[in-house]
Amino acid sequence: MIKVENLTKRYAGQPAIQDLNFEVGQGEIMGFLGPNGAGKTTTMRILSSFMPPTSGRATVAGFDVFEQSLQARAHLGYMPENVPLYNDMRVTEYLDYRAALKAVPHRRVAERVGDVKELCGLKEVEKKVIGTLSKGYRQRVGLADALLHEPDLLILDEPTIGLDPNQIRQVRELIKNLGKQHTILLSTHILPEVEMTCSRVIIIHKGRIEACDTPENLLGKIRQAGGVVLEAKVGVDNGGEELKKISGVRDVTVDADGDWKIFSLRVESGTDVREEIFRLAIDRHWTVRELTQRRATLEDVFVELTHPDVV
Amino acid sequence: MRKFYTLLSREVRSYFHSPIAYIVLIFFLIISGIDFYFQVSFMNQRQVQYTVEEAFFNSVFFWFAFVLIFPLITMRLFAEEFKLGTIEPLMTAPVRDGHVVLSKFFGALVFYLVLWIPTLLYFAIFLKVTHQPAAHSAGAYFGSYLMLLLLGMFYLSIGCLTSVLTNNQIIAAIISFCAITLLFFLGLVQFILLDVSSATRDLLGYFSAIEHMGTFSRGVIDTRPIVLYMSMTIVMLALTYQAFQSRKWRL
Repeated sequence: MIKVENLTKRYAGQPAIQDLNFEVGQGEIMGFLGPNGAGKTTTMRILSSFMPPTSGRATVAGFDVFEQSLQARAHLGYMPENVPLYNDMRVTEYLDYRAALKAVPHRRVAERVGDVKELCGLKEVEKKVIGTLSKGYRQRVGLADALLHEPDLLILDEPTIGLDPNQIRQVRELIKNLGKQHTILLSTHILPEVEMTCSRVIIIHKGRIEACDTPENLLGKIRQAGGVVLEAKVGVDNGGEELKKISGVRDVTVDADGDWKIFSLRVESGTDVREEIFRLAIDRHWTVRELTQRRATLEDVFVELTHPDVV
Repeated sequence: MRKFYTLLSREVRSYFHSPIAYIVLIFFLIISGIDFYFQVSFMNQRQVQYTVEEAFFNSVFFWFAFVLIFPLITMRLFAEEFKLGTIEPLMTAPVRDGHVVLSKFFGALVFYLVLWIPTLLYFAIFLKVTHQPAAHSAGAYFGSYLMLLLLGMFYLSIGCLTSVLTNNQIIAAIISFCAITLLFFLGLVQFILLDVSSATRDLLGYFSAIEHMGTFSRGVIDTRPIVLYMSMTIVMLALTYQAFQSRKWRL
């Protein structure tokens, strides 16, 4: 559905994205992750024909986003970040207007506008002026607009930013349901959201793709280099020194909680040091209240890939 | 064509959704009303060689209001969309840049023409009350309003261009006000500078909106100003189109 080849965009000589290559297949929900300023919005703007790339090519539904921009745009629904809307229009009026712009056939306008209002829960505000709507409703108007012409591809730039936890859950459900009929490319900062909704994830950092895989695979990679947490009373021992001697332990950080010490161990990939720790604790007569292998989250993947100095 | 019509109707509606439209309408009605009243009362006091209609369209009052309304009408056209970011959903919908530019220009033109509709009433009332026509012939009315249309198109297209160049409405208004005022006073240079050659004076006279209005409001339809204003409008809109497209590369 989306095909991106060597896509590069420079602003006044400064590269915003460099040599991006990726593909999004029909029916996929692709998560687009990256710190602020990584180039997510730039990429999405190029894909939605809002601005041309400096070099490289991108196609949407087989149409070049620059050369055949009108056809490409007809196949995609785009929801920009912060959802700019005409504040002077009413919700239904705005959606009618957008439907006509997107060439929804005359006789289907009322039906489509009704459908998207239903889907996005806009019925109760349909007669309101957009300028008076809350952030959550504006977000939904933006989403409704993107869905109006039943596009094959949805590009959503931070669809849940600024929403409260209930609204986030609703939007997430909505996106999941939409994924059954549409291909979706969505960017976000909220990592659990990606784990729950996306079938594949691209992590982008400083304009380059750092990883592109399924959430499970990404987690698998990091879990191998995961950590162990030990909470124990170590008496007169230092604790850290002893733990470091265990083969496979890379380094140990210590926190105190009253008499208890909390050790976070980074271990080499593919090793399980919990048994060794257990034996050590018995030998030294430590009192142990917790010994766990820490489960890595997408957040760890994200931090590891976008903050190399942390590792 | 449907997309163009959709864009145009939004442009026109958005004028009437904003308070600026009503302020401009009222301001303009007051000034043109005072203008009409003064002209008629002045002519009641002494013998003059011109008609009420000519006086109305050639007074200082008229020109003052006239030059001022264009920045107010056009400043928001593009600048507001850039500022609010609504340009993004607009240009990611399958619409052509040319349609957007033309819809904004014609939207402004429609509002401008709405401004003038009440002035037709003045002449009707004048006829009803005094049982005298305000002009010698229908051609004079036609000429005046044709000139209004031509000048309006040209000055609105200047406003479009300045609005597309910035995302700040005030800056757009100031630049277009300067440009329109300078162009307008170009025609008056011949009265201010006495030592210019007669050739220069003639040349500048060709660009004088005041002179053109003087001719047309007598009912003399000269084709030269028609060609001038039409072609200048097209040039300005072409520049607007170019500037609008260039935003993609400047981003």
